[in-house]
Amino acid sequence: MPKDGGIGASSKRREDLRFLTGKGKYTDDINLQGQAYAYFIRSDVAHGTINSIDTSAAEKMPGVEQIFTAKDFEGVGGVPCGWQVTDRHGEVMQEPKHPVLAEGKVRHVGDPIAVVVADSLAEARDAAEAVEIDITELEPVLNMKDALKDGATKVHDDLTSNLCYDWGFVEENREAVDEAIKGAHHVTTLELKNNRLVANPMEPRVAVAEFDSSTEEYTLYTTSQNPHVIRLLMGAFVLGIPEHRLRVVAPDVGGGFGAKIYHYAEEAFCTFAAKQVGRPVKWTSSRSEAFMSDAHGRDHVTKIELAMDKDGHFLALRTDTHANMGAYLSTFAPSIPTWLHGTLMAGNYKTPLIYVNVKAVFTNTVPVDAYRGAGRPEATFQLERVVDKAAREMGIDPIEIRRRNFITEFPYATPVAVEYDTGDYHATMDKLLEMSDHAGFDKRAEESKKNGKLRGFGIAHYIEACGIAPSNLVGQLGARAGLYESATVRVNATGSISVMTGSHSHGQGHETSFAQVVADMIGIDEQQIDIVHGDTSKTPMGMGTYGSRSIAVGGSAMVRATEKIIAKAKKIAAHLMEASEGDIELKDGAFTVAGTDKSVAWGDVTLAAYVPHNYPLEEIEPGLEETAFYDPANFTYPSGAYGCEVEVDPETGKVTVLGFSAADDFGNIINPMIVEGQVHGGLAQGIGQALVENCAYDENGQLLSGSYMDYTMPRADDLPMFNVDHSSITPCTHNPLGVKGCGEAGAIGSPPALVSAVVDALQRAGHDVTHIDMPLTPDRVWAAMNS
Amino acid sequence: MTKVTLTVNGKTVSKSVEGRTLLSNLLRDDLHLTGTHVGCDTSQCGACVVHVNGEAVKSCTMFAAEADGAEVKTIEGMANADGSLSTIQAAFQEHHGLQCGFCTPGMVMSAAALLKDNPKPSEAEIREYLEGNLCRCTGYHNIVKSIMAASGQSVPAVAAE
Repeated sequence: MPKDGGIGASSKRREDLRFLTGKGKYTDDINLQGQAYAYFIRSDVAHGTINSIDTSAAEKMPGVEQIFTAKDFEGVGGVPCGWQVTDRHGEVMQEPKHPVLAEGKVRHVGDPIAVVVADSLAEARDAAEAVEIDITELEPVLNMKDALKDGATKVHDDLTSNLCYDWGFVEENREAVDEAIKGAHHVTTLELKNNRLVANPMEPRVAVAEFDSSTEEYTLYTTSQNPHVIRLLMGAFVLGIPEHRLRVVAPDVGGGFGAKIYHYAEEAFCTFAAKQVGRPVKWTSSRSEAFMSDAHGRDHVTKIELAMDKDGHFLALRTDTHANMGAYLSTFAPSIPTWLHGTLMAGNYKTPLIYVNVKAVFTNTVPVDAYRGAGRPEATFQLERVVDKAAREMGIDPIEIRRRNFITEFPYATPVAVEYDTGDYHATMDKLLEMSDHAGFDKRAEESKKNGKLRGFGIAHYIEACGIAPSNLVGQLGARAGLYESATVRVNATGSISVMTGSHSHGQGHETSFAQVVADMIGIDEQQIDIVHGDTSKTPMGMGTYGSRSIAVGGSAMVRATEKIIAKAKKIAAHLMEASEGDIELKDGAFTVAGTDKSVAWGDVTLAAYVPHNYPLEEIEPGLEETAFYDPANFTYPSGAYGCEVEVDPETGKVTVLGFSAADDFGNIINPMIVEGQVHGGLAQGIGQALVENCAYDENGQLLSGSYMDYTMPRADDLPMFNVDHSSITPCTHNPLGVKGCGEAGAIGSPPALVSAVVDALQRAGHDVTHIDMPLTPDRVWAAMNS
Repeated sequence: MTKVTLTVNGKTVSKSVEGRTLLSNLLRDDLHLTGTHVGCDTSQCGACVVHVNGEAVKSCTMFAAEADGAEVKTIEGMANADGSLSTIQAAFQEHHGLQCGFCTPGMVMSAAALLKDNPKPSEAEIREYLEGNLCRCTGYHNIVKSIMAASGQSVPAVAAE
């Protein structure tokens, strides 16, 4: 019988009411009195020297307030990077300046050069046409391996090369891994690419800023997953605005997927310009602009080698990756191919020796940063692909080779420095085989064959590290921030509650699921609880939402604050009932004295806290409001088994996804409906990456996939109904809810399962194909069949 | 500037617009009906779908001036007269057919247009019809379920509620 409220219930989302009636308030829906509009003039070449910018004609155009160039930003900081990686020789990474507007050089198509601020967007655009910019084009740096050759053109003249860092992990294992690979019974090698993607939340980025000259306070409304992080980065590092004079609001945000974590130049520009022009300044990204200014994702080129004994037991793993940073370092960029990638290379397997080498490279492309999964999809993809290939080379069933190497005892310390607290990989594999009717596959394949189609089944098992992250640990690894989360639980006199959380909801449904947790703890109706988020003037310092961290870290902070509330409320209840505090129990919204029929309601206690006439004032303060900051003890480790069934048309190479099953272990579940929705969305993005999505540059560094005309988004008719399950539960051992996080799993486990399925279909038809690089478009599949 | 007079959600309005003003701009900027969203600049995403004279139209593909004399319905006009959610809106909530909510107005308007012409669409027909509406959050699974439920059909029972 499903629960009808509290933890474990599929409570319907309260936020839906405003979204379904057009009453959502997104950043572009905010218009401030007297606002001007910013239009960014962006580089149309990948690499070039700016000789001159002539704004004189444009300045005279109707409605123009001011035109800004780099000159106006002298004394203003660059857009900062939030993570400093130390390379395998102990040297810190090369970190170029990222100016708000291009200084002297442009380094990617879309690099902002100048901004017109005018009375209307149309006037700003018209004036932008009249700005004359003279650029001498330079050779673009695009191929990562070529970029590292001696004498290669440099993206940044003041750096020694295009190498950001050469990271080795675990460096001490390097020689032992080399030795193990040399002496192994068999080594499977695979070279592959993880294609560059664009996150594409449906709401493009927007920034609206105002400066109040009477109070000297700035307010920035922005499409952000973490408004406090933007306040800190922009206030302290770019514009030098003290935090108490800077309010950042991220209202309803239309999806993020990583792309709205980072602090972007446009936010700093609007905030800076609002003071300069003395009126609010608004910028709304067009979709085409988003393609060349939102941080991109993935873009790894990898060689992976897996050494095995004669029975297919994994002995050692070595991977060598070139990771594209783009032209500048986005906020978390350096951490993605390193600490969120190398640490996951053990996957679900007890491989005793692992060495990961990552060379991060600057190129004349849009900066690359976290996109749903962030490093973990790249780790899972290469590992699961090489395991599939190894199974084939060793003549072992791909499911059996995985089972043979699964970690089965927990906690398990991997050779790549993380400790998995819980998991049951055989259980998720068993569940997957059952729900995907794996046993019936051969029969279905026969049916397909009769219809002239090739059917294949592919499997992948994944692990991810979520609930990011223990602050002292990430500090040692180079993070320039802590990764705790905060919550203030404010109980009102009549018993209703406002929870101010540092987490941010941009589709995840926190307003519903977070309320379920507090309702469950106190035993009151969910509707008595409101979740407040996304405004630095309302919530305590919070690190925001990404890395599947909200319920594991933000939820834990909220639990801790609620525990403090309950502890204090019990003291008040004890006083009201003239009982011992230790005898007070809270159940179903009422305090009782154990073993008696004495009882006071939740509302009586909350009223007493604010009308303290009969109240132990000498012992406790009036009021009922508590704040907690929660810093996780470890990452959480969701895992799961994913299975994909496809049909390939041998005439055209077209792949049809017939079924996709996902058996996940997310630990405890707060709202199953929301969790399933998160998996569906992740699967669609992972299938999108594997099947249709690709961010492509031509040899001149022009962005070929610069709009929805050329960048294929998965559409409804590209996808099947999904079959998802989260009944395999091994609760997290180190957070109070036993939760692991579910936001990214779908995007992590699905690409290798899909590629595996297509390769399986081709192999069954006798084609000697072991891997096809994503996306598996008809031409690539057809070429693989006919090569 | 051109003067346009049209009926929006049952109310007659008149505005002066530039020739280049799109219907989506008129709705959002001049009439402050910000439920209609703009998610792209190539008429691909469908977040801006409204009904013009009963037909689903991407409001970013139509000039405001072309809507002179038209009857336009937006997401703000979709709820029942008493303010309660319409059948389609309620089905989207019931079946978790939305997450961030940005594509949702266009999805609801498209779904309404589909069900008007095809009251009992199959799963495949729904997916084909939604070709012009992009969603990045839901993987479409629960949108398809919502539309099937709104049309009075049993929803595919592949996932638990």
